[in-house]
Amino acid sequence: MKELFPIKQVMGFIFSLVLTAVALAVYFFDMSFTAGMTILLVTAFIQAGLQLVMFMHAGESEDKAHIYTNVYYGIFIAIVTILGTLLTMVWGYV
Amino acid sequence: MEFFERFAIPHPSPAIYASMVAIGLTVIAIIAGLTYFKKWGYLWREWLTTVDHKRIGIMYLISALLMLFRGGADAIMMRAQLSMPENKLLDAQHYNEIFTTHGVVMIMFMAMPFIMALMNFVVPLQIGARDVAFPRLNALSFWLFFMGAMLFNISFVIGGSPDAGWTSYFPLAGTEFSESVGTNYYMIALQIAGIGTLATGINFMTTILKMRAPGMTLMKMPMFTWSAFITNIIIVFAFPVLTVALAMGTLDRLFASNFFTTNNGGMDMLWANLFWVWGHPEVYILVLPAFGIYSEIISTFARRNLYGYKSMVASMVIISLLSFLVWVHHFFTMGQGAFVNSIFSITTMAIAVPTGVKIFNWLFTLWKGKIVITTPMLYSLLFIPLFTIGGVTGVMLGMSAADYQYHNTMFLVAHFHLVIIPGVVFAMLAGLTYYWPKMFGFMLNERLGKLSAWIISISTLVAFIPMFFSGLDGQARRMYTYSEQAGFTMWNMISFVGAAGLAIGFALIVYNIYYSIRYAPRDIGSDPWDARSLEWATHSPVPEYNFAIVPNVDSTEAFWDAKKKGHKLFKGELEKIHMPNNSPIPFIMSSIFFVWGFSFVFAMWIPLIIATIGIFGCMAYQSFEKDHGRYISVEEIKETEEKLGGPTV
Repeated sequence: MKELFPIKQVMGFIFSLVLTAVALAVYFFDMSFTAGMTILLVTAFIQAGLQLVMFMHAGESEDKAHIYTNVYYGIFIAIVTILGTLLTMVWGYV
Repeated sequence: MEFFERFAIPHPSPAIYASMVAIGLTVIAIIAGLTYFKKWGYLWREWLTTVDHKRIGIMYLISALLMLFRGGADAIMMRAQLSMPENKLLDAQHYNEIFTTHGVVMIMFMAMPFIMALMNFVVPLQIGARDVAFPRLNALSFWLFFMGAMLFNISFVIGGSPDAGWTSYFPLAGTEFSESVGTNYYMIALQIAGIGTLATGINFMTTILKMRAPGMTLMKMPMFTWSAFITNIIIVFAFPVLTVALAMGTLDRLFASNFFTTNNGGMDMLWANLFWVWGHPEVYILVLPAFGIYSEIISTFARRNLYGYKSMVASMVIISLLSFLVWVHHFFTMGQGAFVNSIFSITTMAIAVPTGVKIFNWLFTLWKGKIVITTPMLYSLLFIPLFTIGGVTGVMLGMSAADYQYHNTMFLVAHFHLVIIPGVVFAMLAGLTYYWPKMFGFMLNERLGKLSAWIISISTLVAFIPMFFSGLDGQARRMYTYSEQAGFTMWNMISFVGAAGLAIGFALIVYNIYYSIRYAPRDIGSDPWDARSLEWATHSPVPEYNFAIVPNVDSTEAFWDAKKKGHKLFKGELEKIHMPNNSPIPFIMSSIFFVWGFSFVFAMWIPLIIATIGIFGCMAYQSFEKDHGRYISVEEIKETEEKLGGPTV
């Protein structure tokens, strides 16, 4: 019985509920924009990672290497695009 | 009557009315012809509902050629207008509309489907697969592209063409300065076609990763398949940016949001930024498959294996990363500081290194090769010097300080045409000639083919080299006329002659197709070029299941090994083959998408809602449909193989 119980998935599910609750706190508690945004960004990325790895089984098939390469590539491009845009449009704009 | 007033053209001319009549007559002629020859059933069964990657490839090809002539007609009109000072052929508004549609049609609806055509046709054959990973999604991709293209093309007779340039920069493209529905067409047609392209990207990534023949590791894939793989990765990561930017632009235009406006916290330059975040990778989406085609052709007709396979692959991987790091070089003059411009200048220079590696690999492949000059090879050889002119001037433009002189002049126009025409168009024409016998079972005439290659190459130089000079003299792009005192007359007249030459060259290609259909011999076998990779190991034309027995691969040139080194390509016995069924869903869903887009353009909300429900209805139907495909029996395979002339190797 113990082997059949999906303890990992249940823990993951509880953890994702906790993350959702923490994100919701931003709405209910009075805090600065920066603090709220930081909480939202951090919980959002942990949540996305959790969903991808645990519930979408990213690391469980023989395509593990392909999937993670794609994910890292995507993260790299997203970061470059966002930081590059900020650099061009805000920080480096004279 | 009031309802119909919105469909009127805001800026009509006799030419547009003539086009309306011509379009009407063509539609009637097509319908009458199909009815008279009783071809409706054939069209529906064999083409509109097909999921066969080869037929989808051919449909992409036909669309690309049609759009080439539409974009070409735009180009001729522009060059004719500019050939003389103070010319009255077109007025400012028409000129704006024509350069806009020329750009969009040539990039999105000519170059893109052309590479899609070759990828669709060639990649599954090169990797020894029976079809792509998701055949029905592939059909949906094509029909979404096709409906997007048609939606864009009717703009000039219903409601007015877009006129804010193919880059459609805000605030010019906003409702304040572009009141007509033209820019709505731009936003929504590109959105629909873009969804199709994104689906193709996912489809081909999966196909190449999961459906290769036994023994074909990633490093044993032919170079065109590698280039297609890298291209599709770039598509998957770049196109979502366009999707989002277009959605934001649509919201701005139709729902009065403020993403790209100049007030209320909007940022008009953000459009330019997002457009080029997609736009620069798009350049590599176009040129990498072209490089793949050149690699195949050069190695085939130098009769040598490709020099530096690993460095070819590495350079493409590096290009795919660097292509996302250079986009700001499209707007060095926008106002960001020297620090930012320097960063993007350096990344721009860096991308010349992997490109240079590829050029040298081709040259080393030619070195000591036994070169056979055929039409595809002639295009590939002419590509190298012409592309170098475009590339070197690109490095000039990439220096951000110097770019302040060149920005928005004809110098830039000359540069990107001399990159795209040799880089993409020559490759596509070479690929068309090279794969024609595989697609249709006969070859295009070599003499006419070589003649058109020369005419097109020389005309490209005549048309675009003068623009370097007039651009340095200060002729701005997108200017509809100029005075005689400006001194641009001679350069523009030479340019017009070149454009006319290009028209003759392309007309000659059409004549060549007609001539070859009538007179070319049909008994050319399955390998007329003495080629090296798997697509030539099956019959021409290719049977629907591609290979009777799945080939067995142990090098990058499996077919060459089979011919020359006694490698056994087809091991084992015939077995029944599992194939996907045809489906009308992609065509129907895309047609509803056309209605959806058209309603969206004119902000007709009720048809829009109905069409949206229709789209979701199609998806729901598709989800619950139980279709397990069908089997082709061994007897049927034997019969087909017998008819096509028995084993090929």
